[in-house]
Amino acid sequence: MEKVQKTSAPSDERLFDIVVYAIAAVLMVIVLYPLLFTVSASFSDPAKVLRGDVWLLPKGVNVDAYASILKNNRIWTGYGNSILYAVVGTSINILMTILAAYPLSRPDLPLRGGLMLFITLTMFFGGGLIPTYLLVRDLGMVDTMWALIVPGAIATYNLIVMRTYFQSSIPWELQEAAHMDGCSNWRLLVSIILPLSKPILAVMVLFYAVGHWNSFFNALIYIRDEAKYPLQLVLREILLISQSSQIDGGGVGLERQILLAESIKFAVIIVSSLPVLIMYPFVQKHFVKGVMIGSIKG
Amino acid sequence: MNSTIKRAEAAPVPGRKQQGAGLLKRMAKRYDLYLMLLLPIAFYVIFHYGPLYGLQIAFKNFNPARGILDSPWVGFTHFERFFDSYYFWRLLWNTISINLFSLLIAFPVPILLALLVNEIRSRTFSKLLQNITYIPHFISVVVIVGILQAMLSPSAGPVNQLIELFGGTPIRFMEEAGWFKTIFIGSNIWQNMGWQSIIYIAALSGVNPQLYEAAKMDGASRLRRIWHVSLPGIVPVIVILLILDVGQFMNVGFEKILLMQNSLNLESSDVISTFVYTTGILKGEYSYTAAIGLFNSLINLILLLLVNRFARKTSETSLW
Repeated sequence: MEKVQKTSAPSDERLFDIVVYAIAAVLMVIVLYPLLFTVSASFSDPAKVLRGDVWLLPKGVNVDAYASILKNNRIWTGYGNSILYAVVGTSINILMTILAAYPLSRPDLPLRGGLMLFITLTMFFGGGLIPTYLLVRDLGMVDTMWALIVPGAIATYNLIVMRTYFQSSIPWELQEAAHMDGCSNWRLLVSIILPLSKPILAVMVLFYAVGHWNSFFNALIYIRDEAKYPLQLVLREILLISQSSQIDGGGVGLERQILLAESIKFAVIIVSSLPVLIMYPFVQKHFVKGVMIGSIKG
Repeated sequence: MNSTIKRAEAAPVPGRKQQGAGLLKRMAKRYDLYLMLLLPIAFYVIFHYGPLYGLQIAFKNFNPARGILDSPWVGFTHFERFFDSYYFWRLLWNTISINLFSLLIAFPVPILLALLVNEIRSRTFSKLLQNITYIPHFISVVVIVGILQAMLSPSAGPVNQLIELFGGTPIRFMEEAGWFKTIFIGSNIWQNMGWQSIIYIAALSGVNPQLYEAAKMDGASRLRRIWHVSLPGIVPVIVILLILDVGQFMNVGFEKILLMQNSLNLESSDVISTFVYTTGILKGEYSYTAAIGLFNSLINLILLLLVNRFARKTSETSLW
């Protein structure tokens, strides 16, 4: 097909190709530019950033902003909290999602349709913010990490993706055969189903972990104690409600401190996005796979 | 309980009884599957259906000391207060317009992107384009808004630098109500177009290549092939995603709106969900804002049902 097109390509076919590549190139520039600008600004002399001298490459390269982040305890506390919440949260997410997805994937589960309906209905209607907040408060979870983890223990979309995977990728005959051999459902799940489901488990870990890492709203309403703030909440204060006093200037002049406060914003963005962006190239195809599996159902 | 069993034994309705007993038997045989479901079902009951129970405070004057059940009923008072308030129309208009513009402008972009990717013949280049456009999806909302502020800063942001270069005067984008919706939707497109295109790209790869060959034989140009072969091939996916989007119609982008909101752009950034947050959580008017939240969910549900029905009639694709 390719060959035919090449030999017989009329000039408007070529023109079409040129337009396609041009649009694609412009899109890539649009997507990448803000990211490159942020990286460059984080390595630049703050005075030059504030004057607007930096537009693509770093000017007056230095790492002062990163150095002052290293000394900033709030950021590191937030970092530690976020890691803790992401690890504990993701573990609970995965456990709960498996426990729900596996039985619901079994065609021989009585009342399966009703149970699925019971669960999917919640995707379209809920009590809303206030009743949920009051519930979490009444359960005594406010100001604990459980408020960030338990109310979102299962994401229904992920549950459906995992169920679809169990149904479509693991032969039912295999499970029936295991039953014949007297294998219990728990053993079946642990020693046959899960080892065969590593790809989807990886996808789920990634979906949930990135979700925990990036979420800020639940922490905003449930966490009052600053020592328990996750990174995104610390970030919000530094980036969006910025006060130069919040940032440890290390005994330099006021003007310099304000400058540093500005440049630290870029460095903070880089440092906080680093875990996700570093793993991105390695896991990106798993993410895509996850979206595809999810779309099978549709 | 006992008597019903006896009566069932005395006057057996053969089919039904057998079915019922069969069900219990089948359930008992697989009791361990229900054991697995125990925690998840408890989770859904408590954290998804529990708040539905709590929703009754929308019709009560909730008093934390008396609890949900014992607070006095007040009927539709909170709803009336909301409908009569001076900000009702502003909130409703902002909520609807932001989402409607998003649907009209942002929804088609991933489709166009997928069609573009599908037309790129170099595999390396197409992969490059995809991988680059996916990146912003993984950046947190807080960081996105931080980057927006930096990019659009009136003194040092590259966008205003460019405006000045062409002789314009810098615009305080983040603080002007008139720019809010444009910035909000534009940055949403920037962040999500790549990610949302994945499903369309997958659907396009499933279109039968023979259809393209046939269209080419008939002398159809590339644009015509896109219009007559590619696009019809992904219509079912488009319809499903459209319905799902409408299902979130009244809630989209709540967290980002909250982060972008400031006293200067409030006129166009104040939406129902942010109002519920500021008035409910921050000021403690639980009953009032629970009512507003309920109003929001109801509109959302009605829209979803309407769109699903419309889709089922016109394109034979629907969620249910």
